[in-house]
Amino acid sequence: MNNSLTLLGLLSRQPSYGYDLKHSYDRYFGMGKPLAFGQVYSTLARMIRDELIRALGEETGAGPDRKKYEITGAGHERVREWLFTPDVPSETLQSNLFAKTVIALLIDDDADRLLDLQRAEHMTRMRELTRLKKDADLLQVLICDHGLFHIEADLRWIELTSARLTQLKKELQSA
Amino acid sequence: MTASDTTSPILRARALHQSYGQTQALRGIDVDVHRGEVLAVMGPSGSGKSTLLHCLAGVIAPDQGTVTYTPSGGDALEISALNEPKRSRLRLSEFGFVFQFGQLLPELTALDNVSIPLLLGRTKRAEALHRSGELLDRLGLDGMGAKLPGELSGGQAQRVAVARALVTNPAVLFADEPTGSLDSLASENVLTLMLELVREVGTTVVMITHDARTAAYADREVMVRDGVIGAGYRVSS
Repeated sequence: MNNSLTLLGLLSRQPSYGYDLKHSYDRYFGMGKPLAFGQVYSTLARMIRDELIRALGEETGAGPDRKKYEITGAGHERVREWLFTPDVPSETLQSNLFAKTVIALLIDDDADRLLDLQRAEHMTRMRELTRLKKDADLLQVLICDHGLFHIEADLRWIELTSARLTQLKKELQSA
Repeated sequence: MTASDTTSPILRARALHQSYGQTQALRGIDVDVHRGEVLAVMGPSGSGKSTLLHCLAGVIAPDQGTVTYTPSGGDALEISALNEPKRSRLRLSEFGFVFQFGQLLPELTALDNVSIPLLLGRTKRAEALHRSGELLDRLGLDGMGAKLPGELSGGQAQRVAVARALVTNPAVLFADEPTGSLDSLASENVLTLMLELVREVGTTVVMITHDARTAAYADREVMVRDGVIGAGYRVSS
């Protein structure tokens, strides 16, 4: 996730103090990993330099800081550009699991067991995420679902690879 | 035969073998199902997971191997050694079943469908309908009792099937792809409600699924592949 653009996106709703911005971020996206204040202020300073936001006059807000920040026209444009530029689908073609499977077959070790152990690890994480969904608000449910579907994709690969191990071993050994 | 304690598995299968003609569906399976747990049995199509469920539930007696059922506070019973009439009585009194397609009787209302197992067990009709109605309410189907299965959505019909499986308070619920015909949201809804109910009363669940997101609702899973339990999931004793 791009933290700078996420903060800029939050700021595009209305002018805000750094303190409030950090709490908005933590509420929507923190998921147990709150953003450090230092990171918020260094990001704000960078965005001022890049003219994506400007600092308004000093006044006292709910938190300890005095400066309120406002997004600029260029900032708004940057947010829209970010929103409507599709992300590159991540293909982990060099994944560790792929490497381990191939090495296990090359050295005649138990690739089936390796895949079973990985499946069990993935299932443990899926159970954790499924438990988190219980009694969670819809935002948390959505982020857990995102994690669940990604882990499920890995599991499908594990499944297919399990079914192809014998053939894969033959190909590797004849290569 | 020994009386159960709380730590003994409610179901224990050892060295199960089952063939259909030339096809070996199970090739030496050992599984323990612990009391009160929700166990997912995973595996690709044709791996033998449905045959395993049929053996554990006494729907079939395996060619070789044993299945032992130990009810709470009761004596261990070797299901695999019973004849079909005895297995049938055991299934009706101790087990509940949910299948991928609810298999509701289309000409009966939701309420009547749920009350069938109670009526078969000679519960009085008024009481059977009362208990069935309560369970439908718990599954979010209040006011739906008079509907025919054809008038319900897929998710609602499957919740009726869950109610029918649980209305006798079975010791073990066997579910074969219980949400396999539903979309993600309906599936989540059925699983959440079903497991909330069973966890509340401590019913043991054996749930077959090829879907990892469904299996993630269970306490643990075992993987069946080519009629054997996957290497990472074998029982140690």
